[in-house]
Amino acid sequence: MNNRKEREIYSGFKDYQVTCENTFWNRRNFIKKFAMSAVGTSIAGSSFLQSSEKTNTLFSTEEALSSEFVVTNHNNFYEFSTSKSKPAKLAKNFNPGNNWKVKISGAVEKPGNYTLEDILKWSNIEERIYRLRCVEAWSMVIPWSGFQLSHLIDRVKPSSKAKFVEFKTLKSPSVFPGQKRGSLGFHTLPWPYKEGLRIDEAMNPLSFIATGVYGKSLPGQNGAPLRLIVPWKYGFKSIKSIVSIRFLEQQPQNTWHKNAPREYGFYANVNPEVDHPRWSQARERRITDESFFGVKKIPTQMFNGYAEQVAHLYKGMDLSRDY
Amino acid sequence: MLYKISKIVAHLSCWFPLGYILYAVNNRLLGADPQESMLELLGLWALIFLFLCLSVTPVARIFKKPVFTKFRRLLGIYSAVYLLFHIALFFIFYLEMDFGYLFREIVERPYISVGMLAGILLIPLTATSTKKMQRRLGRRWKKLHQLTYLVAILAITHFIWQTKSDLNEPFIYLLWLIFLLGYRIYQRNLGKKKLRT
Repeated sequence: MNNRKEREIYSGFKDYQVTCENTFWNRRNFIKKFAMSAVGTSIAGSSFLQSSEKTNTLFSTEEALSSEFVVTNHNNFYEFSTSKSKPAKLAKNFNPGNNWKVKISGAVEKPGNYTLEDILKWSNIEERIYRLRCVEAWSMVIPWSGFQLSHLIDRVKPSSKAKFVEFKTLKSPSVFPGQKRGSLGFHTLPWPYKEGLRIDEAMNPLSFIATGVYGKSLPGQNGAPLRLIVPWKYGFKSIKSIVSIRFLEQQPQNTWHKNAPREYGFYANVNPEVDHPRWSQARERRITDESFFGVKKIPTQMFNGYAEQVAHLYKGMDLSRDY
Repeated sequence: MLYKISKIVAHLSCWFPLGYILYAVNNRLLGADPQESMLELLGLWALIFLFLCLSVTPVARIFKKPVFTKFRRLLGIYSAVYLLFHIALFFIFYLEMDFGYLFREIVERPYISVGMLAGILLIPLTATSTKKMQRRLGRRWKKLHQLTYLVAILAITHFIWQTKSDLNEPFIYLLWLIFLLGYRIYQRNLGKKKLRT
């Protein structure tokens, strides 16, 4: 297989669909201006429209994007480092390819070890611009590309016993130096990192598996090659570099909850009214670019602004107890 | 003369971390969230200067160089300077200069309460750091300045408490503080023993 083809399959993107931040914005403005005019026909077939058709506007916000530098250089990926800037450097040699395997197991009709190549064949890649709200009270707006999680789940046919989905990140201290003990012998977290969703949360159309960001294949530090995105929940729920998806009858343990149960719950829905013991969640620091004044404080919205799509999932629940 | 030059060098070195931080901010070397990095670095340097200040006496005694103690005051003052910048940045950019918000944070978040207490205790210590005050307060000055130990304990508590999961770094500073306090306890016991014999 030649290199180019491999890259195409791996990233789900062809070279001509790769956009940089500036053209990305020009494109959006351009489309806004001309969408109604007949000019469209004359530029049909150019890269402009082909990739813009892939942006799923139904699920995308119009807010200003966080810069590509910010998105790819501010990463809570403790498998590499607890520093937010180091994962970008340490992930340079982490380029998972088509032989990346995901074990799908538990209450499903079609369990198995699937390769990345298999999984990417199951759905078309589209772009979605989501807000990302970290439990540490900072936030970004990010153009992910990938596919809806429900497409994957439909494919493997969960049984009626599947009430929860558990995800695991790769555990490999040779790939992830942060999984080794620190200088004083402490592990930063119990590895491998685990996360979980209720099956109805996982099937919600907002739940997404990212394979790329900013029109490029997902960089290692952002959780290559497959990373969960659940935009109405705090960022730690959006588990990176997934190697296992297990369907369960019982609620699985998630890493941060296990680490500090008073601070991090299983649901972890963005909620301005329920404070984290360390941070007030009423407002957030929206990071737009890496300059000193590239951050501004804005109010946090219930379910990170996705209440319309997800509030019904939590009817009758006390969200201050099930935080 | 040599003393004067070394004093100037000491002052300049104390401004060096701040100079680097500003240079790094200006050249976008602090990553995607420079405000956060700056906040952490200023806090860390306030702690480092405080611990350096407390290291002067043991180092002077161990190496038998009493002249070192002439640099103790300077280190203490720079600790207060960096702490002032640390708190100012937090108040301006994180709390948007809202005193009500500051009050709520101090009441609700124990790691902030502890850090703030350390900051408040540094005020009388800095204010009485001059030779004149030292003379005026006499014996009471020494008593008052023993508060530094409490400030150091509060500072390391704040550091450990705000750490989410990686305790390796703050524990290195904790070991430093344990040495500083341990040395003083050891010296005191030694003194008592001598009195008895």
